[in-house]
Amino acid sequence: MSPVTIAFLIILVMTVAGYFIGKSRALHAAGATNERLHSLPSQHAAYLALWVGIPGIMLLLVWLLLQETTIQNIVFAAIPGTLTDGLTDAQRALLISEIVNVHHGRVFQAPRPEVVEGARHYGALVSTAGTALIAAIVAICCAGMSWGWSRIKVHFRARHGVERIMSGFMILCSMIAIFTTIGIVLSLVFETIRFFQMVPVHEFLFGLRWEPQIALRADQVAGQGAFGAVPVFTGTLLIATISLCVAVPIGLFAAIYLVEFADDRVRNVVKPAMELLAGIPTVVYGFFAVLVVSPVLVQAGGAVGLDLPPTLSLVAGLVMGIMIIPFISSMSDDAITAVPRSLKDGSLAMGATKGETITKVLLPAALPGIVGGVLLAASKTLGETMIVVMAAGLIANLTFNPLEGVTTVTVQIVAMLTGDTEFDNPKTLSGFALGFVLFLATLMLNIAALSIVRKYREQYD
Amino acid sequence: MTEGSSNFARHDWDGADARRRLKRRYAANTRLKLYGLSAIVLALGLLAVLLGSLVMTGYKSFVQTHVTFDVYVNPENYDQANPFDSDYRTMIRDSFLKLFPEVPPGPQQRQLFDIPSTGAQLKLREIVAADPSVVGSTIRISVPVSDEFDQFQKGEGSRDAAEDARRVNDRQIVWFDKLAADGKISTPFNWTLFNSADSRFPELAGLKGAIVGTFYLLLVTFVLSFPIGIAAAIYLEEFAPKNKWTDIIEININNLAAVPSIVFGLLALAVFLQTFGLPRSAPLVGGMTIALMTLPTIIIATRAALKAVPPSIREAALGVGASKHQVIIHHVLPLAMPGILTGTIIGMAHAIGETAPLLLIGMNAFMTSASVGILDPATTLPTQIYIWADSPERGFVARTSAAILVLLGFLMLMNGLAIYLRRRLERKW
Repeated sequence: MSPVTIAFLIILVMTVAGYFIGKSRALHAAGATNERLHSLPSQHAAYLALWVGIPGIMLLLVWLLLQETTIQNIVFAAIPGTLTDGLTDAQRALLISEIVNVHHGRVFQAPRPEVVEGARHYGALVSTAGTALIAAIVAICCAGMSWGWSRIKVHFRARHGVERIMSGFMILCSMIAIFTTIGIVLSLVFETIRFFQMVPVHEFLFGLRWEPQIALRADQVAGQGAFGAVPVFTGTLLIATISLCVAVPIGLFAAIYLVEFADDRVRNVVKPAMELLAGIPTVVYGFFAVLVVSPVLVQAGGAVGLDLPPTLSLVAGLVMGIMIIPFISSMSDDAITAVPRSLKDGSLAMGATKGETITKVLLPAALPGIVGGVLLAASKTLGETMIVVMAAGLIANLTFNPLEGVTTVTVQIVAMLTGDTEFDNPKTLSGFALGFVLFLATLMLNIAALSIVRKYREQYD
Repeated sequence: MTEGSSNFARHDWDGADARRRLKRRYAANTRLKLYGLSAIVLALGLLAVLLGSLVMTGYKSFVQTHVTFDVYVNPENYDQANPFDSDYRTMIRDSFLKLFPEVPPGPQQRQLFDIPSTGAQLKLREIVAADPSVVGSTIRISVPVSDEFDQFQKGEGSRDAAEDARRVNDRQIVWFDKLAADGKISTPFNWTLFNSADSRFPELAGLKGAIVGTFYLLLVTFVLSFPIGIAAAIYLEEFAPKNKWTDIIEININNLAAVPSIVFGLLALAVFLQTFGLPRSAPLVGGMTIALMTLPTIIIATRAALKAVPPSIREAALGVGASKHQVIIHHVLPLAMPGILTGTIIGMAHAIGETAPLLLIGMNAFMTSASVGILDPATTLPTQIYIWADSPERGFVARTSAAILVLLGFLMLMNGLAIYLRRRLERKW
């Protein structure tokens, strides 16, 4: 068992022990003075258990976060200067990982004596750290226990203490959404700024050439690298447009039929089927595009004398369209059902047919809701990754012809950032810059869509 | 008579014109209905084509063609000191070639030995490792045939096609037919698909690693997002004052639900891997990332479930002297639990199919053994599908479809469970 597992088990056992000790302590206190406890014995018990468990867990987490880097720094500082002078960050990381590998016995060729010495030092520190961790955990749990123990009295308000801790935990949990957003924004902004230090902003935003294949090592033969993202943006827009052209009419008409024409029997079959379509993972759609749609289209093109590439943007667009049909349909469904019944009844009472009621009354009234839904769908298509990664191309063509191959923002992010990545070259960092653009675009679409939908709801509420 | 009523009188409600108008209006009505109907038929037809094509390409990989023959475990090739590195390939080769003594050595024998999979020697190694006493005796083993013969047996590619258009040549077909006529060829259920990990050879590749990785990932996701989601939802629904802070939190949650999944991958790459130095490709990191994406779903579902508990319950508990926390923990939360569970399972079902962020944290690694913990490199079902879909071998196409069918099976199972729980436990107040 690793020291971390042992430490975790110690915390667990001591927390449970703390619960029972707290309970008996509270009962004894009550028995000794013959007064009523302010809080229930189980609340005293929980109070003591929390005082044992929380400091223990927090110490364990902090320790885990810091241990490896601290040990590596100590080991590195102890290595003779002949080996470490003038190393870049990447070389430093390489040396350290060599030491760690030697420590774990993963040796491919006889390591240098300094490295072996470093590995020995590293191993000694790791085992010391393990012992120290266990000692520290035991100490802090005991300290928490004795503090909590000393607080438990007949009049002690254990319930308030426990409830305050619970509230604090709940507030912390609800803040995670904010932390996540901040984390996303900060990580994207920092890497994007580093990217723009290497590639000028105007070249990225207005350049017409996207050729990110740069030399990662000095001896590699590759182009200079061009980071003009316009073809990537137009490719993304092209595929998103195709998919909306497929999905909006089909989804809208399906919703109209389901809301106004279909009887319950049809609805009970079609709605779950639509949900099934919505629940299929996107990687499945991607494989469907490669397996069925692309060969069919290429063959059809061949039949009319067109020589189509297998990665033509029409394939990705069509399949993405199929993917968002259920989304459009359910958003339109909600929007149409939300129109007050009086409008519909009024129209029917004037002698309009069902069709006229829909096109002349319901649809105009539901339009803001439908537009909001389409905007949300557009944001989904911009950020959709797996379908385009599998079915669209890698080469950035500046074209609006759906019969040619284009690439998209998400494809390029995946292409730039899969595999082992170092964060010191524009190729990797361009993935973050593209991600930042994508994040901003989808965020604005979402905000626009939500505000349209909200305004429209207020109109009828 | 007024002007208006004279107009009314002039209007012929029963004339040819009116009838034509009425007809046109009804035709428009019918047209709209037909458009709607055809849209639905089209959408469901596409769903049927999608599922149909997956089943058509995938069902065949649930069986695997095996060849059964006797192997002489030759002590000469067996290395007493180091049984693991013994020359099992030669044992298999000698024994298999003995089935066709008429085949001359050289390229013909090489073509013949293409029939059994490379996995045969691994299987023999397992048998010998389990029972070293078989050395020196002859044992009967059943091993997978290699991918091209598996495809041939399953009828991929006609045997009437030109020889160079096939992956097996005429001589190999004759040998294979002889094996089949001797009853040495069988097609049992493909257990390899479930009890071995990935491999370069389609006939040896399985989903065990991916299923184990998915399990660990979902475990981490659940352990993190379930308590955190419930705690956040309780705070926002029951305790939070109406102020700017809670507004910001709510806006954040709604926006996070719509952030593209790949952006979460970028977050994980920059924060979890670069800043915290957590291991690449590990289910721990994948689970943390997916947990962040699942949180909004769970929070929204939990809030709806909490809202559905009638206020009378709260008032009754408060009335007999319970504290606000006690009301929620003892009464509201248990009553809301079915709704929360349903929402969580649906969130997990979404999480199981998530692929894009996992590519960025390296969970599409080539792993030939299942991982044993949340810190080991692993793949998941969707990333395995992505890896296989990228592989050029014909056998992987069928296996990709099979993997997708397995993934969809898990999805159905989870959604079915959610529906069952909802029906079974939901209370109407």
